[in-house]
Amino acid sequence: MIYKAIVFLPLIGFLIAGLFGRSIGAKASEYVTSGFMVIAAILSWIVFFNIALAHGDGHEVIKVEVMRWIQSGGIDVEWAFRVDTLTAVMFVVVNTVSSLVHIYSIGYMHHDPHRPRFFAYLSLFTFAMLMLVTADNLAQMFFGWEGVGLASYLLIGFWYKKPSASAAAMKAFIVNRVGDFGFVLGIAGVFVLFGSISFETIFAAAASYLPAEGSPEAGQAIINIFGMTLDKANAITVVCLLLFMGAMGKSAQFLLHTWLPDAMEGPTPVSALIHAATMVTAGVFLVARMSPIFELSHDALTVVTFIGAITAFFAATVGLVQNDIKRVIAYSTCSQLGYMFVALGVGAYGAAIFHLFTHAFFKALLFLGAGSVIHAVDGEQDMRYMGGLRKHIPITFWMMTIGTLALTGVGIPGTMFGFAGFFSKDVIIESAYASHSAVSGIAFTLLVIAALFTSFYSWRLAFLTFFGKPRASADVMHHVHESPMVMLVPLYLLAIGAVLAGVLFEGHFFGHEYAQFWKGALFTLPENEILEEFHHVPGLVKWSPFIAMALGFVTAWYMYIKSPSMPRRLAQSQKVLYEFLLNKWYFDELYDFLFVRSAKALGRFLWKKGDIGVIDTYGPNGVAARVVDVTNRVVKLQSGYLYHYAFAMLIGIAALVTWMMLGSSI
Amino acid sequence: MTDWPILSTVTFLPLVGVLLLLLTREEGTYGRRNILNVSLFTTTFTFVVSLFIWIGFDNSNPGFQMVEKHAWLGTGISYHLGVDGISMLFVILTTFLMPFCVLASWDSVGKRLKEYMIAFLLLEVVMVGVFVSLDIVLFYVFFEATLIPMFVIIGVWGGKDRVYASYKFFLYTLTGSVLMMLAVMAMYWQTGTTDITELLKYGFPGGMQTWLWLACFAAFSVKMPMWPVHTWLPDAHVQAPTAGSVILAGVMLKLGGYGFVRFSLAMFPLASDYFAPFVFTLSVLAIIYTSLVAMMQDDIKKLIAYSSVAHMGYVTMGIFAANVQGLQGALFQMLSHGIVSGALFLCVGVVYDRLHTREIAAYGGLVNNMPKYAVAFMVFTMANVGLPGTSGFVGEFLTIIGVFRVNTWVALFAATGVILSASYALWLYRRVIFGALEKESLKGLLDLSAREKVILYPLVALTIFYGFYPAPIFDATAASVDQLVNNYSAALQAAKDLALNVH
Repeated sequence: MIYKAIVFLPLIGFLIAGLFGRSIGAKASEYVTSGFMVIAAILSWIVFFNIALAHGDGHEVIKVEVMRWIQSGGIDVEWAFRVDTLTAVMFVVVNTVSSLVHIYSIGYMHHDPHRPRFFAYLSLFTFAMLMLVTADNLAQMFFGWEGVGLASYLLIGFWYKKPSASAAAMKAFIVNRVGDFGFVLGIAGVFVLFGSISFETIFAAAASYLPAEGSPEAGQAIINIFGMTLDKANAITVVCLLLFMGAMGKSAQFLLHTWLPDAMEGPTPVSALIHAATMVTAGVFLVARMSPIFELSHDALTVVTFIGAITAFFAATVGLVQNDIKRVIAYSTCSQLGYMFVALGVGAYGAAIFHLFTHAFFKALLFLGAGSVIHAVDGEQDMRYMGGLRKHIPITFWMMTIGTLALTGVGIPGTMFGFAGFFSKDVIIESAYASHSAVSGIAFTLLVIAALFTSFYSWRLAFLTFFGKPRASADVMHHVHESPMVMLVPLYLLAIGAVLAGVLFEGHFFGHEYAQFWKGALFTLPENEILEEFHHVPGLVKWSPFIAMALGFVTAWYMYIKSPSMPRRLAQSQKVLYEFLLNKWYFDELYDFLFVRSAKALGRFLWKKGDIGVIDTYGPNGVAARVVDVTNRVVKLQSGYLYHYAFAMLIGIAALVTWMMLGSSI
Repeated sequence: MTDWPILSTVTFLPLVGVLLLLLTREEGTYGRRNILNVSLFTTTFTFVVSLFIWIGFDNSNPGFQMVEKHAWLGTGISYHLGVDGISMLFVILTTFLMPFCVLASWDSVGKRLKEYMIAFLLLEVVMVGVFVSLDIVLFYVFFEATLIPMFVIIGVWGGKDRVYASYKFFLYTLTGSVLMMLAVMAMYWQTGTTDITELLKYGFPGGMQTWLWLACFAAFSVKMPMWPVHTWLPDAHVQAPTAGSVILAGVMLKLGGYGFVRFSLAMFPLASDYFAPFVFTLSVLAIIYTSLVAMMQDDIKKLIAYSSVAHMGYVTMGIFAANVQGLQGALFQMLSHGIVSGALFLCVGVVYDRLHTREIAAYGGLVNNMPKYAVAFMVFTMANVGLPGTSGFVGEFLTIIGVFRVNTWVALFAATGVILSASYALWLYRRVIFGALEKESLKGLLDLSAREKVILYPLVALTIFYGFYPAPIFDATAASVDQLVNNYSAALQAAKDLALNVH
């Protein structure tokens, strides 16, 4: 019952605000949706304590059946909730952030005429996200997956009068669909391999799926996928990679990341909820959930690690030079997601979810803080027109500082002193070093460099926004004001999470209490000992994130406080590099050329040349034209001379007689 | 009740409406209203009666039910009706969509309303007739007869290029039909019966199956329509009045799919297996090619028409995957597409009635003054895209899984439709609905009227309902589909065994 309440309360909120928003008014819509979310959040924490922190020993999975869905041959899919520790963690993340964002939005969206619609969308998103994390089969997961995509589309395009917002919404949906293309095929692949798409059956079969080394079955071809004849191990790899493609789309990984920065066109609370804390982590959740089959494929995990590391590095480099306050944080999100995928790739699933958990708090804090800044300076998002805001909005400043400290991972290695990001990020970097993955060296190096960049761009953001001389117009500066309480309270609560989430839960997520906490929700093979090995890395490795973080801070301080003219000189002297980064490695231009323009050109070509030029010309129009030709000739034959007709008749009769004689003889 | 010839009743009930209409005068103050009321009442009543077919239908029986059989003409041809899990829901779909057609024509048809309604009621008779016929001659007669009312509807009440469109439509479909007639004759000569139930059991020899399959394929692929014989559809849609488009997309395209399942797959399994790669190729081409073409259209109706061709690609692909998922997915996709594309054309009708243009560029920012319309259109757009939670997803998902089991390449290419459909559908939505309301001509538009709400809201509800709870449809189709798939694989197995024994 409690699970149904958690999942369905947001749905009810959505229906009430969506269907009756106009009649009950904006205030009522806000209170109803936010109220339901708060209840759901409280229930989530109860579930978290009951399931994750309880001292059970069994591998209990709670299954709540709701309704039939698709039954067709071997596909037997129900609407059902599967609740284990992984789900409980996601419950807490999703509902806590969502309820705080709901409350925050009451203040942030105060002047918007479409508030009922906004809150309805937020609740719809939450419902879809909860369906995703409670899914007990791949189809339901895909439902949630696409549902959050829809909500994200609607919310990015919330201000539909802005053409840029509509464009960004479309882009987000379509790029996500590229990932879904892989996801759908992956689901089909899982069905063909396991004969089912419900987790229970898949997981039960997965453990003993691969034939033992040397057994006659090993290496035996079982299936042909895309022209490759594959044995069981390779088939699993292909399926995992297809599923991972879905994860790449949703989690904005390298190559499919282009939608995330544009998604910042949506209202800021949306960015905090969807494009930082919850939806974009769905890919991480997917891989963690499917750990029983990912764990079987080293090759797939290597790809996951590699893509994650590249993303972490790439996004961090772009984040260095962006001027839009939200875009910096967006690239930071992208980069942090890369960290999570590296953790997944090296088999440290617990570390990935741990980072997901802590990141949700501090990244939501940063986004909502940024929202508070934007609110204060009258909608300005360009950091070049901010500066010196520290004294005007001190609370926001301090909250943002906590978020920055958590993001950059401030803490003292070897002790329990540190902000949330310190624990989770260091664990990932150490795991990357300790793993036996083929790309562990690259991953470790890229992550450490990314940590340095993270620290630089985070402090750059803080210094540009809050320090130095005000660069906004006097008129704007005159109106700068601290946000109302309804926006600040969510910041306080998230700040608590950003400070404490790491130190309190490290042992559970990826430490001594690992087994008891997860209760089998994350699957690892016996030979996967990353949990033990990451402790035994050299001291320098342990200190490397700290050094990177300190270096980044000092550089940022030097460039933006000590000698503020330096960034401009540097940008001018390194123009090519600067432009390259500022234009995000030219991915948008490249994709526009490769896919958008070429698809349009091809579509036009097929239409004008294919349909009209070939098919119609030689098909119906051609036939019609021939008919006209023939009739014209027939008309010519009608000469009016009697002997012409007589001659034609004679030939006709001759032909008929011949045909009849031949016909009867056969 | 059990002896009551319910199928005949449902099939010919609209004729009563025709009779009444013939007696009604169009002139005069109440003439127009009387015609509309009679038509609406007839179609609604037919729908209600048809629901008894579903109610009385036994889901566990894979065979034909509610069978009626009477000798006819004394030639071995009989008046033989019946439904099974494959055809039953199409009957319901047809009767369900008819009242919406009448409502959609409420104000928009100016001239010759009486004849217009008679054409629609006759069309309903023959369409239902196709689905309930268990005699191949009867089937053929009904199948061909659907051409005439539609030809007339497009040709008389269509847009400005209506004559070209209606001839193109006629020419294409007639070519296919002629070949099908040859097939019907060949089947009769071979077996001495025209009874579909007998023909299903007959088991045609391999070589003959190839020719029969090809002849039937010509007829059904044009109706479907499959690439490359699809070019009549966009023109027909663009020129047809709204209600004509609804029936065209909602029901007439399904005649092809139904034919494939009932004849090609069930009667000629060996040929179906042999030609499956060919069908897959055409299906995949349809999905990719027409989606790309759809993207570039400037005319709303044309865009939706092309997207229909793409969606029918999933159907043909699913049918010839010839497994339970593929087939059930295809059936579901057809039913869902009947509702969704019908609804999309109704949505176009709503704005066409206001502005009398289908140019996408003429619109923009409708959400500002037509929020309810925007919501309804969004639901159907998402169903068209195949978003889970709408009926559009279930069929697409199952056909992809079904075909993945048979040929992964086909699944790979078909799945690109996931991306492409989102591209053209969302782009259309953005250009029509989103944006600021800047064009003067649009500023006075009013949101949905009461009549339009009655048309669109039930369809919204059904689209979402079947997205979350498609079970009623699967329950109804499961037994017949299982039987068909079993017979199909048994036939293939038998042929294989035979080949082994010979060698």
